[in-house]
Amino acid sequence: MTWFDTLRTALEAMRTHRMRSALTVLGILIGIAAVILTVGLGIGAQQQVTAQVEALGTNLLIISPGSTTSTTGLRGGFGSASTLTQADAAALASPVVAPDIAAVAPSTSSSQSLVAGSSNWTTSVVGTTPSWMSVRARTMSAGTFLTAANQAAAASVVVLGATTAQELFGSTDVVGQTMTIAGTPFTVQGVLAPSGSTGSTNNDDTAVIPLSTAQQRVSGGSSRTTVQTIYVQATSQTALPAAYQEANSELLALHGITSAANADFTITNQASLVTTAASVSKTLTVLLAGVAAISLLVGGIGVMNIMLVSVTERIREIGLRKALGARPALIRRQFLIEASLLGLTGGLIGAAVGILGAKVLPGLISNPVALSMPAIFGSITVALAIGLVFGVYPASRAAQLAPIDALRSE
Amino acid sequence: MASYLTGPSQFHGTEPVLSLSEVTKVYRNGSLEVAALRGVSLDVQPGEYVAVMGPSGSGKSTLMHIIGCLDVPTAGSYHLAGEDVSSMSENDLADVRNLSIGFVFQQFNLLASMTAASNVALPLAYAGVSRAQRRQRAEASLARVGLADRVGHRPGELSGGQQQRVAVARALVTEPALILADEPTGNLDSTSTADVLDLFDELRDAGRTVVLITHEQDVADRAGRIVRLRDGLVTDDSAHVMTGSAVRS
Repeated sequence: MTWFDTLRTALEAMRTHRMRSALTVLGILIGIAAVILTVGLGIGAQQQVTAQVEALGTNLLIISPGSTTSTTGLRGGFGSASTLTQADAAALASPVVAPDIAAVAPSTSSSQSLVAGSSNWTTSVVGTTPSWMSVRARTMSAGTFLTAANQAAAASVVVLGATTAQELFGSTDVVGQTMTIAGTPFTVQGVLAPSGSTGSTNNDDTAVIPLSTAQQRVSGGSSRTTVQTIYVQATSQTALPAAYQEANSELLALHGITSAANADFTITNQASLVTTAASVSKTLTVLLAGVAAISLLVGGIGVMNIMLVSVTERIREIGLRKALGARPALIRRQFLIEASLLGLTGGLIGAAVGILGAKVLPGLISNPVALSMPAIFGSITVALAIGLVFGVYPASRAAQLAPIDALRSE
Repeated sequence: MASYLTGPSQFHGTEPVLSLSEVTKVYRNGSLEVAALRGVSLDVQPGEYVAVMGPSGSGKSTLMHIIGCLDVPTAGSYHLAGEDVSSMSENDLADVRNLSIGFVFQQFNLLASMTAASNVALPLAYAGVSRAQRRQRAEASLARVGLADRVGHRPGELSGGQQQRVAVARALVTEPALILADEPTGNLDSTSTADVLDLFDELRDAGRTVVLITHEQDVADRAGRIVRLRDGLVTDDSAHVMTGSAVRS
């Protein structure tokens, strides 16, 4: 009997036992689709978190002031001191001093009341320089960002985040409109393209004005030369450590500090955030993979049962085939092909359902689902292995029986 | 009609088709040993039509299973067509069952999912015959048993007598040295019984060697030789009565 004949026999047997074949395929299918989707959700979440962190600005260093200690000995937290100045920012921006720093954006931020017509909205108003847009990796959806001329003139212009524009004007088509910030009139010069949220911070709910304007007209009382944060963009991801060193040593020198332990500023970078976020989502992936493994196991046990029962049901058939001259190896081969076909059919349909689900699901639950090749091939392999072991093993045992014992079994 | 269906058996001369010598079979059921056969010796010559008779528990089914290589004897020797089958490997036994023996069971044992032609062709598939040849020989064999118009029917669409005739066609298709029938009429009504027995008569007339097991005297009477079993021993053997084949020659 040729392999082709055996294949035909196996196909015929599958057709004859339609219900059993369908159940086997279904069991494998569900297991595999579940694995692909759960692992995909985990990886999707991981990628989403990474993307959100990267959206904060690529190759970004954030320099914050150090803490203050009051005369009574009460120590403030990081950022409470006013040790960073525009001069610091200007020094870091010099390509001679810091060749690995591409752009610097000193900025201040304060919560202010915004009024446009009859509506008002309170949000964080950022005072910064034109380089903020590239440093924070933002783009415009309308109008223009702050210009050097705006900065020089301390112009009363504002660039709004999409959410802020929506809240104030009920629309994002607001270039040229006027509004007030802390009572001072401003003209809307542009609207930022949406960039989503990072954790609990909505990056689209903000108003950006020139740093000079912020210092002179909005945040009254504070020094006109100090800034709250200096955003530094390294020339590349790999230049980040070098940029860190340059910024650190330059600021220590500018502030006249000899020991790094006494630094009156802190430099953080997004890499640590990315690492943290990645480890969180990795835990999530492991959790989901565990769930997937259990679903595969349950599916596998289902397949095992169906296979065991179906072979037991067919011991008479095996006995008859032996009585008619089938060698044990041929019986094994027939069941091997049958189990492989069932496993493969279930595996491929399961993979198709999983991939389809990965395409459709994000639209329904607003969570991204990534396709993981190891998950797809791993689950198909496991399903095939289960099908083969529990389809072939009992058939092989039955093929060893004396034909008459197999024929007599009920 | 193809010659292989009507021609004499491929085993000629004085060599017996099957030769059992002091064959015993002991079944072990826990600590209890049951001797189904207690030393059976039997020779069947080419062209003989032998009926094995005996009451329930006499060991006639066990004998049939050993003759058909469906089971192995506990002791004693068994030669089929000159070959010692008691020392054969599993694969060689499979080939013997395939090529040298044609079975007809009481329960028909047809595969319900296959057409009559596919059922009949099954032994040929295991013999490695090409697809086209299988089809042709299966149809010829079905025509031989008068079912040329039932080639594409499945067992469920056939009467009991027709199913047993399909089983006979399947037993004939590999031109075996020996045709073994275990109560072939046990599940049939009288008309179908007559049909199937007529078929065995024709096989006998065509020079085939047939061993048939039955507990019905009228069925056994149509055979040329009757072997009676009781308690695992041969009690009576009409061995020297002229057989159909002997009459012919």
